[in-house]
Amino acid sequence: MSPVSRGFRGRRREEAAATGRVPPGQYVTDDFPVLSAGPTPHTPTDEWTFSIRRARDVVKSWTWPEMRALPAETVTADIHCVTRWSKLDTQWDAVSIDTLLEQAGTEAAYVLAFSDGGYTTNLPIADVTGGRAWLAFGYGGEPLHPEHGGPARLLVPHLYFWKSAKWVRGLELLHHDEPGFWETYGYHMYGDPWREQRYAGD
Amino acid sequence: MDALDGNAIGGLLHEVFGTEMTTATGTCASCGATGPVAQFTVFLRAPGTVARCRTCSAILIVIVQAKGMNCVDLRGLARLEAA
Amino acid sequence: MAGTALRRRLTWQIATVAAVCDETATVRTIELQLPDWIGHRAGQHLDVRLTAEDGYSAERSYSIASAPGEPVAITVQRLEDGEVSPYLTTELRAGDELEVRGPIGGYFVWDADGAASPLLLAAGGSGIVPLRSILRHRARSGAVVPARLLYSVRSWPDVIYRSELEQYAGSVSVTYALTRQAPPGWTGHRGRVDATLLADVAWPIGREPVAYVCGPTSFVETIAEGLVGLGYPARLVKTERFGGAGGP
Repeated sequence: MSPVSRGFRGRRREEAAATGRVPPGQYVTDDFPVLSAGPTPHTPTDEWTFSIRRARDVVKSWTWPEMRALPAETVTADIHCVTRWSKLDTQWDAVSIDTLLEQAGTEAAYVLAFSDGGYTTNLPIADVTGGRAWLAFGYGGEPLHPEHGGPARLLVPHLYFWKSAKWVRGLELLHHDEPGFWETYGYHMYGDPWREQRYAGD
Repeated sequence: MDALDGNAIGGLLHEVFGTEMTTATGTCASCGATGPVAQFTVFLRAPGTVARCRTCSAILIVIVQAKGMNCVDLRGLARLEAA
Repeated sequence: MAGTALRRRLTWQIATVAAVCDETATVRTIELQLPDWIGHRAGQHLDVRLTAEDGYSAERSYSIASAPGEPVAITVQRLEDGEVSPYLTTELRAGDELEVRGPIGGYFVWDADGAASPLLLAAGGSGIVPLRSILRHRARSGAVVPARLLYSVRSWPDVIYRSELEQYAGSVSVTYALTRQAPPGWTGHRGRVDATLLADVAWPIGREPVAYVCGPTSFVETIAEGLVGLGYPARLVKTERFGGAGGP
């Protein structure tokens, strides 16, 4: 057990006055920390596409203008990072993943989101449908900044934020659950912050 | 945010390998570039620690510390030779 | 000694703060007493871990500012939006305890023993800290290698160890680059270090110099690239990056 450092409080961690909104082990922050496992990709929107794939075959793909022509909404959500910070009432401009999957018209049990730079993360289909997940292209009323995952990222606020893949370029449809990048190294396959599912076996 | 270099994970590597590692020489399995661990590009602020090849950006090392264990992936290195 | 130092276990220990000393308005040197210190080499660093009452913890690395043989000290720059540096530079006081582990590092180190190459030291902002350890070690050991320091900071009040560096006049050639603001009458370099200044200050490669470059990532990469462009072999340009914040 490490000794307590007299007078150290760390980042402003507002007490969870918003009771019930902060999952166990989390701290609320005003900042929006940038966490990354690699250099920030900078994909121009005229080169960007989003694809739904099954075993490497592209089932359906959208260019940036095609994606932006889809019905979009403003989503307000609390987000929870596995590194213990939570940010409340974040605002995003986004297209529902339901819209994209409906247009692709296929079935699957799981998806593996894939991003520029090679990042991947896995989710059950139920967790990216039913109005629970989005493709977000705007944050705080502005275009999503590259350091926060722009031009577009996955947004799945009910799970730990490593599942909300930055720089997302598509979803691979799978029959079986397959671990993505962090899941391969021991992070939880599902990642429910309310059950504190940070690591495999939690 | 700016990446650091292997010096920044000197403590972590010493803990994981039991010895000073920043002077060890690594060879990238992707592009063959060879150099001291101290010169790897390092990303610290993530759910884990990632070290990449300064030449081609391929991942060389991933370390995740969880539940009292270290999960270490060195597959990105073709070779890692202590000094 | 070096062999056993490499193979020892690196464990956390509780240091006691012996003294704190403000170097500038935002920079403080913290002298530590450690129960289990094996000594260090110039250029090495410590990891510091702070734990709050609710168990929240944060870890950072700080270069050792003192020379081998001197009491261990670290110099910390307060970052505007920092989490640990504001605590270390304003709250921490003599008598407090600090969890540390070290010394760490075997690459960005300079030993006086057997030193023959002229030294080129290039610091950006707080990158001066490990280089100051090198200079103090050089002075204490009586090593005769010539040394030049290129120190880039925002403004004159931001120069860390200013009077100490002045005392090196004659034994170390110090060149400053003030990147944002210069005092009236300043005849030195204004703005970031450019190719001309670097070429001016750097030892010609015929002298077989070794370079140590430390500071924000962008500073280090600019200088290191510049030195390689001047013919310095990459393995003789040692670099230590401090990330993006708080630089010149």
